Amino acid sequence: MTTTRRSLLKTVGAAAGLGVIGMPALAQGAAGRVVVIGAGFGGATTARYLKRLNAALDVTLVERDDRFITCPFSNYVVAGFRKIEDITHGFDGLTKAGVKVVKGEATAVDTTGRLVTLRDGTKLSYDKLVVAPGIELNYAGVPGYSEAASEKMPHAWKAGPQTLLLRRQLEAMPDGGTFILCAPGNPFRCPPGPYERVSVVAWYLKNNKPKSKILVLDAKDAFSKQGLFQAAWESEFPGMITWISGKDGGKVESVDPTSMTVKSGFGNETGAVINVIPPQRAGAIAQTAGLVAENGWCPVDPTTFASAKAQNVYIVGDASIAGAMPKSGSSANVQGKVVAAAIVAILAGKAADGPALLNICYSLVTPDYGISTTDVYQVNADKVIVTTPNSGGVSVKTPTALNERKLEAEYTVNWYKSITADTWG
Amino acid sequence: MDIRGPMAALVTCLLPMVASAQTVGPSGQAMAQACYVCHGPDGKSVGPIAPLVGLPKDHIVRQMAEFKTDRRPGTIMNRIAKGYTDEQIVAIADFIATLK
Repeated sequence: MTTTRRSLLKTVGAAAGLGVIGMPALAQGAAGRVVVIGAGFGGATTARYLKRLNAALDVTLVERDDRFITCPFSNYVVAGFRKIEDITHGFDGLTKAGVKVVKGEATAVDTTGRLVTLRDGTKLSYDKLVVAPGIELNYAGVPGYSEAASEKMPHAWKAGPQTLLLRRQLEAMPDGGTFILCAPGNPFRCPPGPYERVSVVAWYLKNNKPKSKILVLDAKDAFSKQGLFQAAWESEFPGMITWISGKDGGKVESVDPTSMTVKSGFGNETGAVINVIPPQRAGAIAQTAGLVAENGWCPVDPTTFASAKAQNVYIVGDASIAGAMPKSGSSANVQGKVVAAAIVAILAGKAADGPALLNICYSLVTPDYGISTTDVYQVNADKVIVTTPNSGGVSVKTPTALNERKLEAEYTVNWYKSITADTWG
Repeated sequence: MDIRGPMAALVTCLLPMVASAQTVGPSGQAMAQACYVCHGPDGKSVGPIAPLVGLPKDHIVRQMAEFKTDRRPGTIMNRIAKGYTDEQIVAIADFIATLK
């Protein structure tokens, strides 16, 4: 086969043109085949940024559902001021970005042969694999709890039918009933999430069933944005929420979905609605593929998020052990960009730059009352991700004339629009 | 011993060696892309969070310096700006100024 001089010139011209029209410098990077497992914040961001940074890459994203329902903002569906459609994201933006979206469930990874097998038998080979499976719930971590029990005592810690179930239970709850939330020990997905959830549930109850009470039974002695949450509970819903720390007996010993009771050092408590958030570990495929440490999460090189367990594999989001970074949508999005840049550089035979790591977690106490925690991170000499000294932290303790709580409530909504557009397009 | 003597020379010549033994820091582009979590893809925010696209470099550097030193009040940017060196802020601004 011969290539005419004219067609060769055309090709060169097109390539040069691409370089000029504002494509990042890395766009001239080497081609390669990348498979991404999971279309959540981490996986979808990685896939999109791989194509942005190097359009020549062949990027395949494997996801078992045909849309993604976000855990961020799912508490507002529970409280009734968002609809499930508002937090559901399709994959057209990924396809438009040049990502091949394959519906299927990854059931095995051969990290030596660099091959992913799907449940339907499809095999996908890769040069680099990105594993972003989120979490798996460890039902057995709470005696008496199970997947079946979660139909009576929802976890609602994976957004979707469980979110709607908890919403229905809350709507059916009689005025004067008790809403019990069982919170897990660290580490777990979305550290402020349980406390945001009881906040917005309290907002709903105050407006609809004001005689009701909320009891939080916690395995921990401290939680994210604790001072801000507790001050807000006092000012917005005085007397409604009781939080029992682990050392005061809050750690749940067992649950009984038949009698709707929770047994802890605090006593036997009966609830009208019981929300059990069990302990967690990295998503199933990370376990099957041998990518986890003894604690059930995936150890990584913090500069590139390359797996410490297998070559050519990267772990993004909740499944990874990311030092001081919390398991959050923001963390996963930011880590996805780190991995995309690292893979593009490494496939081009270059060393990856240092990682740009940042997290932001906004929480609403009511639709008009927002608080936040943020940190910028660096990798220390021991190769651990730590917060950058003298930076980050939580919202001001005492609001000023700036009206921080109202502003941060508006920014919470804006954050969601921005991050979901950045992640799914 | 006076640090400005031979010791200073030793320190000076050791520094680049230490630096090269580690990976380079994040690029301006990488740090700027982390901002998109709130400020929107390519800095195109839709809502009350300020869009970054179209902002001149000097403006970004000045605002970040004011947040960092608390001369400009804010909700969250003061906390974030303190996480970056002045050089990193310039690198971020250099990249953001190229956004279209």
